[in-house]
Amino acid sequence: MNIVVLVKQVPDSGAERTLSAGDKTVERGSASNVINEMDEYAIEEALKIKEAHGGEVTVLTMGPAGATESIRKALSMGPDKAVHVTDDALHGSCAVATSKVLAAALGTLNADLIICGAESTDGRVQVMPHMLAERLGIAALTGARKLTVDGAQLTAERQTDEGYEVVTAATPAVVSVWDTINEPRYPSFKGIMAAKKKPVQSLSLADLGVSPDEVGFAGATSAVVEFAKRPPRSAGTKVTDEGNGGAQLVEFLATEKFV
Amino acid sequence: MAEVLVVVEASQAAGVKKVTLEMLTIARGLGSPSAVVLGGAGAAEQLAAKLGEYGAEKIYAGEGEEIDGYLVAPKATAVAELVKRVQPAAVLLAATQEGKEIAGRLAVKLDNGLLTDAVEVAEDGTATQVVFAGSTIVKSKVTRGLPIVTIRPNSVTPAAAPATPAVEQLTVTVADADKLAKVVERVAETKGSRPELTEASIVVSGGRGVGNADNFTLVEEMADLLGGAVGASRAAVDSGYYPHQFQVGQTGKTVSPQLYVALGISGAIQHRAGMQTSKTIVAVNKDPEAPIFELADYGVVGDLFKIVPQATDEIRKRK
Ligand SMILES: Cc1cc2nc3c(=O)[nH]c(=O)nc-3n(C[C@H](O)[C@H](O)[C@H](O)COP(=O)(O)OP(=O)(O)OC[C@H]3O[C@@H](n4cnc5c(N)ncnc54)[C@H](O)[C@@H]3O)c2cc1C
Ligand SMILES: Nc1ncnc2c1ncn2[C@@H]1O[C@H](COP(=O)(O)O)[C@@H](O)[C@H]1O
Repeated sequence: MNIVVLVKQVPDSGAERTLSAGDKTVERGSASNVINEMDEYAIEEALKIKEAHGGEVTVLTMGPAGATESIRKALSMGPDKAVHVTDDALHGSCAVATSKVLAAALGTLNADLIICGAESTDGRVQVMPHMLAERLGIAALTGARKLTVDGAQLTAERQTDEGYEVVTAATPAVVSVWDTINEPRYPSFKGIMAAKKKPVQSLSLADLGVSPDEVGFAGATSAVVEFAKRPPRSAGTKVTDEGNGGAQLVEFLATEKFV
Repeated sequence: MAEVLVVVEASQAAGVKKVTLEMLTIARGLGSPSAVVLGGAGAAEQLAAKLGEYGAEKIYAGEGEEIDGYLVAPKATAVAELVKRVQPAAVLLAATQEGKEIAGRLAVKLDNGLLTDAVEVAEDGTATQVVFAGSTIVKSKVTRGLPIVTIRPNSVTPAAAPATPAVEQLTVTVADADKLAKVVERVAETKGSRPELTEASIVVSGGRGVGNADNFTLVEEMADLLGGAVGASRAAVDSGYYPHQFQVGQTGKTVSPQLYVALGISGAIQHRAGMQTSKTIVAVNKDPEAPIFELADYGVVGDLFKIVPQATDEIRKRK
């Protein structure tokens, strides 16, 4: 099975994140950037499927030059090769344009299965898998917490607020995964060394036949008008339990009219 | 006044979800709300009264196996056809998994901008979003096409505005490409009669400090007495104390209730990401240095196994 895993580099969600004052895009320059956490689960799932059914795993990233760091890290977990779509004109791309570019790149890769994270920690838009399926005219099984592959037949448990749905499709398909699906492996020392030699193909917009004015700020379908830091919350009352902490807590809830 | 399409979120068990009423409330500020019901046969009829109560002037019904038996794609097709026909002023969807997915497909179909997770939409379509773990407020606009906006649950207080909507059945031509992903089974996992996590006005969450799955009954008991939903930190979920769909935070649900109670939760930035915009925050933690206290309106330093049972007893007494 020919599997492509989508990997996005994002600013570390454990550190302070901000928009840049100039062009109001996510500040990536000063941030410590990491693989979008959910995408590590996507990589793991792809590797498990390859181990069980054979095939090849390709990492696909659209992002600035610095994203190569995350690509190497992804490769150190075990995928065979990577494709990095990078072009100065992409800066400021909205989700609609990003999906156009990723779909064009996927068009060159002939994937049976495309696996991505359910959402990214910077945008949290959760739309990419469906946008790609729409553009490619293939099935989307999203929000999977379990995936079974039987030949060309895919069955997923899709997590919902009420419980789950069992959903099925045949390949080619896009599957997005939650962090409940598996436990991503740590790269081994051997894996890290091997990753340095794995092929990473760099593609520009011209290579994909996408015009620069369809992407970036030129082609953006939405724009940030303004942004501001939200005033941080301040600490209120803190008491130490000396035997009646529970009662004190309820007293507070009562004054706030919750009980 | 131009129509504003509100794509209805409902569930078998609870009927029209609260976020739908919020969307109708927001829609009234933008134009004349039309509710779009997409589901099994008879869905619109079942929901009509409630939708009318909150101001739906019209209901479009896309119903049946063709719509409901497949994953998301037919719904997006139905909405796209409707948008082309009625040329609405805006389309509002819920910022839930399905709402976002329909919105994503819709944006591609119409080559239109998309704004997700809005907490407010101004009359000119400018949406307000709270991003980066609640630290930043962003105002954005769609610059190509009409505003397609997903609304985060618990953003506004639903206000009733009775209307008597006429129901129009949609005839949707669902393409073969929309039928590639089939829903073969829907399984409800029990959570009793508690309100839905993202919609609840009170959420009581437990963390690793709760210690094990059995002890979570303490959290549940307090939630039930307060009429709230139960949430959990990732550490609690990863340790198997509570199911994943109740995880609050960066990689879980974003909640914004009137009251958030954190029991045995340290308050890591990724947890705060999901609860920071709660109106009132209360915390119980035995570590006086726990970061959760930095944002708690009321914090009790101490052992939750002593404090929580005492609190629940006290609530019972006051009832
Ligand atoms: C990319 C990424 C995404 C993440 N997403 C999420 C997310 O969505 N949601 C989330 O919650 N976390 C998330 N995390 C994890 C987060 O960083 C923390 O590890 C997690 O929130 C910790 O959960 P906790 O507070 O329950 O556990 P701990 O940090 O272990 O805290 C337990 C607390 O309980 C207290 N305690 C222990 N026993 C008692 C007792 N008897 N009485 C009172 N207090 C007691 C302790 O003092 C401690 O403060 C994410 C992390 C990453 C890297
Ligand atoms: N620029 C990108 N490059 C590669 N993959 C991406 C990119 N943007 C989004 N994705 C994938 O789509 C998933 C969902 O992202 P999002 O729709 O942004 O929440 C992510 O987890 C990634 O797997």
